[in-house]
Amino acid sequence: MIEADRVVSTVCPYCGVGCGMDLHLKDDFIFKVTSDHNNIVNKGNLCVKGRYGYDMIYSKKRVTEPLMRKTPQRAGERSQAFDLDEWRQVSWDEALDYTADRLVEIYERDGSDAMAVYCCAKATNEDNYLLQKMFRALFRTNNVDHCTRLCHAASVVALQMAIGSASMSNTAAEVIKTDVFIVTGSNTAETHPIIGLQMKEAVEKYGSKLIVVDPRRVELANWATLWLPQMPGTDVTVFAAMAHVIIEEKLYNQEFIDQRTEGFEDFAKSMEKFTPEFAESISGVDRNLIIEAARMYATAERAAIYWALGISESTHGVDNAFSLIHLALLTGHIGREGTGLNPLRGQNNVQGASDMGAIPWHYPGYMEVDDPASADIWEKAWNVEPGGLNQEKGLTTTEILSNVGEGGVRALYIMGENPMMAEPNLNVTRHHMENLEFLAVHDLFINESGAYADVILPGASWAEKDGTFTNTDRRVQRIRKALEPRGHSLPDVEIISGLAKRIEDRLGRPGSAYWDYRDPEQVLIEMGEVVSAYRGIRYERLDEVGLQTPVPDEDHPGTPFLFEETFPRGRGKFHLLEYVPSAEAPDHEYPLILTTGRLLEHWHGGTMTRNSQLDVLYPEALVEMNRVDAARTGVKSGDTVRVSSRRGSIVLRANVTEKANLGVVFIPWHFHEAAANLLTLDELDPVAKIPEYKACAVRVELASEDELVNPEARTRRGRW
Amino acid sequence: MTEAIKLIIDGNSVTVPPGTTILSAAAELGTEIPTICYHDHCSSYGICRLCVVEVEDARVLQPACVAEVRDGMNVHTRSPRVERSRRTILEMLDSAVNLNEAPEIQAQLRDYDANPKRFENGAKRESIIIDDNPMFVRDYSQCVLCWRCVQVCAEDAQYTYAINFSGRGFETSIDTFFNQSLPESTCVFCGQCVDVCPTGALKPKREWLLEQGQTPDEIMQLTRMERRGRRRSG
Repeated sequence: MIEADRVVSTVCPYCGVGCGMDLHLKDDFIFKVTSDHNNIVNKGNLCVKGRYGYDMIYSKKRVTEPLMRKTPQRAGERSQAFDLDEWRQVSWDEALDYTADRLVEIYERDGSDAMAVYCCAKATNEDNYLLQKMFRALFRTNNVDHCTRLCHAASVVALQMAIGSASMSNTAAEVIKTDVFIVTGSNTAETHPIIGLQMKEAVEKYGSKLIVVDPRRVELANWATLWLPQMPGTDVTVFAAMAHVIIEEKLYNQEFIDQRTEGFEDFAKSMEKFTPEFAESISGVDRNLIIEAARMYATAERAAIYWALGISESTHGVDNAFSLIHLALLTGHIGREGTGLNPLRGQNNVQGASDMGAIPWHYPGYMEVDDPASADIWEKAWNVEPGGLNQEKGLTTTEILSNVGEGGVRALYIMGENPMMAEPNLNVTRHHMENLEFLAVHDLFINESGAYADVILPGASWAEKDGTFTNTDRRVQRIRKALEPRGHSLPDVEIISGLAKRIEDRLGRPGSAYWDYRDPEQVLIEMGEVVSAYRGIRYERLDEVGLQTPVPDEDHPGTPFLFEETFPRGRGKFHLLEYVPSAEAPDHEYPLILTTGRLLEHWHGGTMTRNSQLDVLYPEALVEMNRVDAARTGVKSGDTVRVSSRRGSIVLRANVTEKANLGVVFIPWHFHEAAANLLTLDELDPVAKIPEYKACAVRVELASEDELVNPEARTRRGRW
Repeated sequence: MTEAIKLIIDGNSVTVPPGTTILSAAAELGTEIPTICYHDHCSSYGICRLCVVEVEDARVLQPACVAEVRDGMNVHTRSPRVERSRRTILEMLDSAVNLNEAPEIQAQLRDYDANPKRFENGAKRESIIIDDNPMFVRDYSQCVLCWRCVQVCAEDAQYTYAINFSGRGFETSIDTFFNQSLPESTCVFCGQCVDVCPTGALKPKREWLLEQGQTPDEIMQLTRMERRGRRRSG
């Protein structure tokens, strides 16, 4: 038995559930992770990532010294350098001076529009607030975004337009109090495993009925009363047909519609054409299942909807989200305990990073950048001269890269993101990266994006710094420093402040915005002075269970569920809907639909989990295929196949499984050896600018095992 | 229906709501009844019988973790009969199972004055250390069959059903179905089982490697094959 010399309570750095966890350390080595069984979020349960995925902080591949490229890189000829021999170890002074010099040189030559930054939904609220402040206050640009653009952007836009607020309306653990709940576009058991457990518990122990609407037979379908397997991209028809049934059979809540909504009459007319028969012809879902699901949801005492990226990551993601919001507005299943509209946020701190203003259209607290009154408030807060802040909306994540070049974006600062795995159609992303004039990357590893950089600034992992994360149900929780940053890596607040001060000096504006913070809490307090949702948050108040925003003052107990009396925009608004087919339909040449997503064992671009023991448990990408599709192509489980789209092709092994529905194949996007995003389509939703990750046309054919990048990596797993 | 139940535990009177177990009622009085299989956050099944108490007018000793209070009950938590029963349970466990890494049970052995020689020649539960995955190792020679791991793998937490009892009588052990390795079973490696294990039977691999004398640096330099663990034989 090993006796821990320290046990540190903190919060898991992986998904949006925000599980509490205790790190057991011996001589600064974490050898065990446990969780308090009384923790309100996860009740002592963790998933494999939380329990065992911490070890990337000790990885031999981690970058723990500031690095500069030996060969100077030029726009148009930028190359990737994964090998440490191609880098020179430098001091922090040299790295930060160089970064400040280059950023200021480009800013002074080409102006604000040449500057851009990717903030990071893995980093803390404090880190994100400071990074967007640096780019807004010093470089006067709103080209500030993060991976929410590739994630829930469509849900955020639709919720803002329909009710005026984009976060999860209810607490995740309330699912046991619901009578009927819909889970759609979410493989919750793998992507939000602890909320998945609570959903299973709701079904098994509390008699809740579950309706799963998903093109894959995800694990939760095994617990469902109804499973509606729609073809990818046809979500609007299924949910609009449910609305059609609810209206036709008068199952709606007239009182709620009269008092809390607007636009019902026109909306009801627009739903007439969405008959269950029409939905069946488009989506492939049996009309009777749609009718039954509509009746079950509408007639429940308490019903809730949970969704994730299957809804939002689409060229009509905003419409998809509207179709769900309408169901809640029709039936009044919102604003009470056990009901609600609940977009399950992916990253540990994507809610927080958005709250902190890491988005091109909003200052912290969702204050519009093109509203002079908001700009005025932040100019005062950041000691910027009147009219100094840029009031033009900035570029989104995908637009930042597609605007790289002369007259466009020249310099990019990336904190913790990995666009070279995450962007759709990486074949094009690569050229954008090559065309950057300057790239600074602030990360733990040299990942596929960092390999393009001029300078790498080694940040601290979540276990090496203090700060706060805001989880999917708006709970602000503390992370605590368990050990010193490895090597010469530094807490991110120090890196950003150090760089900002150098930039101020070079711009001749020393001491304009404030950059001398005693501790991260001061950063949060500075932000809370303007943003009321965080105003009442103090670190000591977070010690027990955290606080759910909004927390408008220091005595406020936090807000478990929203919209009891009213919506932030006043009345909930119905929007008219049309069915728009996916941007790319299967045809003779590319007969299957590819949908992408995550696995239980891995995280996103893999910077963390692929450098962890988790990678030993699940070392390779597998393409999931239905047995009929597999038989047509002569593929058996374990065979090597080539999957091709109009944009690229990858080679990986096949898994013939009942998880895959007929005509649909699934590939996880974590593996650089077979990067799913070489195949995906870089079409965007017109409003939310979110790419289409969930439906593109592909072809599968047998290939030879020699074509695999790493044939030794084999996954033999029995889990669902 | 009675609003509250009044009973006497070790001569002290206590009033509790209906449905309370004797274990919880005793805790109200600050009386600690020893347990092994019981866990605050698992369902109770009265498997280990260490928590038995003597209830006047009851024919046999009652397991306090599942027996519910009744009005007028008179409970003795440490009568000679209770002591004898607990001591025998502990002596039998001690004779068959390696309890070196179960400090709570060690303390109970001392508390009940257990005689290590009583079943000296009894059979020992033997097991190889099963190292078939990168996350944790299993040493069933330390397993007291408390069933907590099976419960959290099932409805108490994870709904995964990867493990259960296998074998009968003294040959009973915890295993996957069909003797599969854990990665090939339905296991999702949540580690809930490791968390609730009261002995050293289930242990994070990192902790186990440190015990084997490896340094953190050596552990981080293990190759992929070394980390994966051996495939299970036999």
